[in-house]
Amino acid sequence: MATPPLTDDIRARTVKRQRPDGSHYQSLSLADALDLARRTGGHIRALEIEALKLKVLPERYARNTQTLSLTDQQTLAESCAGIVGAGGLGGTVAEVLARIGVGRLRLIDGDCFEEHNLNRQRFAHTGNLGQSKARSGKMQIDLINPAVEVVDLAVYLDASNADELIGDADVVIDCLDQLDARLVLQQACRHRKVPLVSAAVAGTSGQLTVIFPQDAGLESLIGDIEADETRGVETRLGNLPFAVSTLASLEAAEAVKILLGQDGLLRNRLLIFDLAEPYFEIIDLA
Amino acid sequence: MQIQLKLFATLRALTPDNADSYPIAPGTTVGDIVAHLEIPVKEAKLIFINGIRKPLDTPLVDGDRLGIFPPVGGG
Repeated sequence: MATPPLTDDIRARTVKRQRPDGSHYQSLSLADALDLARRTGGHIRALEIEALKLKVLPERYARNTQTLSLTDQQTLAESCAGIVGAGGLGGTVAEVLARIGVGRLRLIDGDCFEEHNLNRQRFAHTGNLGQSKARSGKMQIDLINPAVEVVDLAVYLDASNADELIGDADVVIDCLDQLDARLVLQQACRHRKVPLVSAAVAGTSGQLTVIFPQDAGLESLIGDIEADETRGVETRLGNLPFAVSTLASLEAAEAVKILLGQDGLLRNRLLIFDLAEPYFEIIDLA
Repeated sequence: MQIQLKLFATLRALTPDNADSYPIAPGTTVGDIVAHLEIPVKEAKLIFINGIRKPLDTPLVDGDRLGIFPPVGGG
């Protein structure tokens, strides 16, 4: 069988590089990947997946290895994560997943940036106040990693559109700020049989858990919600940026482990922390 | 009997000075402590003893580590 031209092109651009530990790997630069993608008319994500199949590593992922294998990197590139909320948690979750190499992101948020978002929301800056969080996030991720295909969905998730918004995501990350919307999202994830990473923050403290479709889930944590109780004590404490980014990184870590089929997930467990002390504990929810 | 008491987020402000060795009478439940500290029951959303989530009516024993978290929902 003849070798596809793309394979030859990728091999021709491949360079042998050395890691800090002295080991070697086959590397493809961003400039070469972009050039090859442009010449073949495909997306750079597809080009990088072809490279990974040839055991060629896009150079931007050099420091992901060897904690991640080339196969892991390919799995991530072929995966899709749904990020519901593109504010404090969602902005950092999206950035971390883009940098580690999750190939497709569905960034869902109907809100626009306001000045009081600037203390903690990754994609908020003085130049995009008033603009869509989802669209702004997509524009910034395109600059961070053009091999990530971002679908920006500038709508609020509700019971009528949740299934459609989640789409074909392999994992969903709850970055919402309303308790009742979290339950709607969980229902949609159960329906679509997708694992959910859920987290909530208030002040310097946070909570995080992982919910598979068959798991007990958020009802027992959130309880019965009355109309005037759709938010927690963050309405009084605010949200400090280091608590938000810590929690977002923990969410991203769980999402990546789910995509890679790894053990050690926070299923039926709740990680809690308060960075004021600092204090971390994992609670058994069973 | 004594327990270790840990209150989170908005409840931190209600933490007694002797929280690390908080004296309790035999038969005291989590609910008794919540009432004594004047924590609104709705704010005692997540209760855990020795790292395991428990209901409000759980009796406490000597040496228990009790944690109480109010509802949090920020993103």
